[in-house]
Amino acid sequence: MTDDLREYNFAYLDEETKRMIRRALLKALAIPGYQVPFASREMPMPYGWGTGGVQVTAACLVPEDRLKVIDQGADDTTNAVSIRSFFARTAGVATTERAAEATLIQTRHRIPETPLREGQILVYQVPIPEPLRFLEPRETETRRMHALEDYGLMHVKLYEDIARHGAISTAYAYPVKVAGRYVMDPSPIPKFDNPKLESAAIQLFGAGREQRIYAVPPYTQVVSLDFEDHPFEASKPDHPCALCGATDSYLDEVITDDAGARMFVCSDTDYCATRQAGGAA
Amino acid sequence: MYVAVKGGARAIENAHAWLAEERRGDPGVAELSVAQIRGQLTLAVDRVMAEGSLYDPDLAALAIKQARGDLIEAIFLIRAYRTTLPRFGAAYPVDTGAMACDRRISATFKDLPGGQVLGPTFDYTHRLLDFKLAAEGETPPAARAEPDPAAMPRVTEFLNQEGLIQGEAHIDTSPPDLTREPLEFPACRALRQQALTRGDEGFVLGMAYSTQRGYGRNHPFVGELRVGTCSVEMEIPELGFAIEIGEVELTECETVNQFAGSKTEAAQFTRGYGLVFGHGERKAISMALVDRALRWRELGEDDSGAPAQDEEFVLQHADNIQATGFLEHIKLPHYVDFQSEVELVRKLRAAVREAPDD
Repeated sequence: MTDDLREYNFAYLDEETKRMIRRALLKALAIPGYQVPFASREMPMPYGWGTGGVQVTAACLVPEDRLKVIDQGADDTTNAVSIRSFFARTAGVATTERAAEATLIQTRHRIPETPLREGQILVYQVPIPEPLRFLEPRETETRRMHALEDYGLMHVKLYEDIARHGAISTAYAYPVKVAGRYVMDPSPIPKFDNPKLESAAIQLFGAGREQRIYAVPPYTQVVSLDFEDHPFEASKPDHPCALCGATDSYLDEVITDDAGARMFVCSDTDYCATRQAGGAA
Repeated sequence: MYVAVKGGARAIENAHAWLAEERRGDPGVAELSVAQIRGQLTLAVDRVMAEGSLYDPDLAALAIKQARGDLIEAIFLIRAYRTTLPRFGAAYPVDTGAMACDRRISATFKDLPGGQVLGPTFDYTHRLLDFKLAAEGETPPAARAEPDPAAMPRVTEFLNQEGLIQGEAHIDTSPPDLTREPLEFPACRALRQQALTRGDEGFVLGMAYSTQRGYGRNHPFVGELRVGTCSVEMEIPELGFAIEIGEVELTECETVNQFAGSKTEAAQFTRGYGLVFGHGERKAISMALVDRALRWRELGEDDSGAPAQDEEFVLQHADNIQATGFLEHIKLPHYVDFQSEVELVRKLRAAVREAPDD
């Protein structure tokens, strides 16, 4: 496979395709939270493995970039390893596991704990871009609802959650309103990460199978939907990390023996390793 | 002391090596050649070309070999290759009326110009395992006849001459390209047919079957089914005229469906149309039935709420590469999402325990 890939263009996609994607990205940045249809290509990895994110990354990469890829917050999960090596091979860009050193970070299901800065790009892999999809399966209908800013159905859903469970029962992919206009699916990040959606970095969202791109420009207002008497809460397991002692990071629960003993460790491996090494995280 | 799992890169490498070994199978048995697959598993090759949307039997055979016979995986390999190919231009529409037919049957007329030509079909075989094939004996050659030079006019054209079947509007605009533009709704018929012809055979078959069982019934007759080769012509800008650049094997099905009519319009039969690369009768007939079911609006029929009448439902779920990708991606780690749900369920359960009994 190594040799075959040398036949392809920088970062795999041809320049025409990249231009098409960049146009969609510019439109997405101009209308924060709006889902822009784009002619998603078949990639050499399956739909569901991050083809949207990979196409957005391919369209953004320049040779000087330093790329970080994470899945579930970790750099060493198999799919993160696979995507990182894909770009190391097809684009020859430098890679890193340090969020602070990366110019472009592709992620699945997490936002790094280390606050991002200006000049960085965070690319999300998105399975279902439509926040209203599980309330209304028809695309023609959900596009109309967005156009009319008709989000009553979403508020009724959240209200029904409270009526039934006493709390909003969405733990990840928690819907947000961007720049006071579009309701957006932040991809399946835990709601703990939602406050980090207001960032100095450019955030781009790619959904390959669903052929949609959307974006949150730097310093854009992103509000998690809630009610005055049931305010949004960014929850996480009530433990410190067992490895680095952090109390402010999202934690994975790891089962350590067959008696059900468990421990909680940072899901962001770079954040945890940096703290363990005694560096400023 | 707990140490997080490492070594993803080495695990992937080793998995690939093991996969290659499994694909090869017992080294004591001769390796399958691409030429053997191309020549002897032709219907598998045809399906991979049809759903991969790329007419290249050699590449399809290679993909089947690489995919260990998993046709959806082979289709995926072809799609991923196809998307990197440059577009030189568009061919003229192929003239299936001028097809050199290996097979041509009509279920609506006993005899017709050009005749019924059975061709190489499973239709009247008895499905008994042929143990002679296990002995790898040579197959005796089939009887041969000279090709009939007479034209094979389309069956629906006979009906059209009498005005008995609804005519098709001639559209000069270029059809949209599903592989180069995002799918948006409502979709025109050309786009629907593109999605159906590359759609999963099993899915399209299931949809078509559901119309036969009453979910959006449209009472189809196979007006004509033809299988054969058609030449592909393309205008070369440097030459300024069209030349034949090759030929493709196609299966075409035209159905004659229940008539529509009203007090002001005389009753007429309606049509469904299916066309696929290679020899794929099941797929072509299925496509024709689903094509017809999706035309309810244009033909002034009622929406009975049947799945096969719902273009968003059919078109969004017909593609097996999209479907299998999204389905199988749930094998990937989801422990962050799962953790957030575990926390939520614990919290909700605690809230119930703490609530005073009433």
